[in-house]
Amino acid sequence: MKINLQVWRQKNSNTAGKMVEYKLDNISPDMSFLEMFDVLNVELMHKGEEPVAFDHDCREGICGMCSMYINGRAHGPQTGATTCQLHMRSFSDGDTIVVEPWRARAFPVIKDLVVDRTAFDRVVQAGGYVSVNTGSAPDANEIAISREIAEEAMDAAQCIGCGACVAACKNASAMLFVAAKVSHLAVLPQGKPEHLARAEKMVAQMDEEGFGACSFTGACSVECPKSISLDHIARLNREYLGAKLTSTNV
Amino acid sequence: MSWVTQTLSSSLGRKVIMSLTGLFLCSFLVVHMAGNLQLFKGDGGRAFNEYTYFMTHNPLIITVSYLLYTSIIVHASMALILTRHNQDSRPVKYAYAKPEANSPWSSRNMGVLGTVLLIFIVLHMRTFWFEMHFGSVPMAEYDGKEYKDLYTVVVAAFSQLWYVAVYVVCMIALGYHLVHGFKSGFQTLGVRHKKYTPLIEFLGTFVFAIVIPALFAVMPIYMYLKVNGII
Repeated sequence: MKINLQVWRQKNSNTAGKMVEYKLDNISPDMSFLEMFDVLNVELMHKGEEPVAFDHDCREGICGMCSMYINGRAHGPQTGATTCQLHMRSFSDGDTIVVEPWRARAFPVIKDLVVDRTAFDRVVQAGGYVSVNTGSAPDANEIAISREIAEEAMDAAQCIGCGACVAACKNASAMLFVAAKVSHLAVLPQGKPEHLARAEKMVAQMDEEGFGACSFTGACSVECPKSISLDHIARLNREYLGAKLTSTNV
Repeated sequence: MSWVTQTLSSSLGRKVIMSLTGLFLCSFLVVHMAGNLQLFKGDGGRAFNEYTYFMTHNPLIITVSYLLYTSIIVHASMALILTRHNQDSRPVKYAYAKPEANSPWSSRNMGVLGTVLLIFIVLHMRTFWFEMHFGSVPMAEYDGKEYKDLYTVVVAAFSQLWYVAVYVVCMIALGYHLVHGFKSGFQTLGVRHKKYTPLIEFLGTFVFAIVIPALFAVMPIYMYLKVNGII
């Protein structure tokens, strides 16, 4: 396959970036999108040019690192998939493909396609945990949880923190991420004792980081590689409003 | 900062203000629609004028009307604050974005649709509300009692084709605004449930985005056709 790539190149967070065009001639339709970038980088290195910096780790759809905004969509044209799960067969021979980093005030570009997503870490540090004693693992069925609730929690816990929700949202809102992180604990008995403070602190940190507000366009859920439902955003709203109205934190 | 102001100035709190004022305005539309159906009565405007008299003299309605004016102002101002904040959240835009692949047009253009509606509200209130309260409206007499004849003002306004056209276009904008706005208001409040969300979505789409704007649009069309002797 012949591919015409337009890639965002930016030296570091302090310099302005620009789109640079690259032509690739020997691309196999069976390559993943990241492997196509590997080919490009090998070519660039042979030419003595700086390779394109991009994030990747597991290359099997669970690490959430491969943040690329491809042809106007987070992780490219597929739904429910990360960039490593996107293959070149999804494109046609001779296509022009535009690749940009996630765009959000809270995710500054570090270099080329790599963005700083530590804003998400700080949101989780603010309250996305349960305080439990360490030690031997408790008995599996010590606390009875219905299958329905367990599934609900697991659906939210599938979030890999990739940031596609922020990238896809017209407001660069992190609501789906925060909702997933609040939700997977809020529905379980282990998460109940701290649920008021959790919602309050995580939303406060989300605002502090400079993410936008939710317009309920649904773009986040469509672009989420784990297809996390908007139900969780409604739960976050309930948790937050409930916490604000009933917590003793004044 | 007290917990109240802190809550209301958070991103979620601001959306709650949008939701509560927006849903209140939706409830007003139902009342406004029901009342204005008097225009179709064909009694030379008597029922409509009596209804207008009631709306401008009933103490409860007058109180609620102040809440209504406040809601419009708060909803529009908060929308402006939120829009600016949301735009700031992405200082560098995408060179190539394809939002139509993942979200409906109306959900991404609530600000534009809202601006159209705000201009409409100003125009609409200038023509009728301002005339009724501060302008000179001719009087009509029914059973020995004097009424302001707002019906004549309505007839005069809707006898002009451009004015009718503006109304119809604005009602289309209303439909698009509410197809997203009504259900989103409930989402913001966390009201999302397998049993009730389908009903909310049906009301939002069928009643608030289609039936109500359509009936509002039919009024100026009907009046225009009637005044010009076409029907």
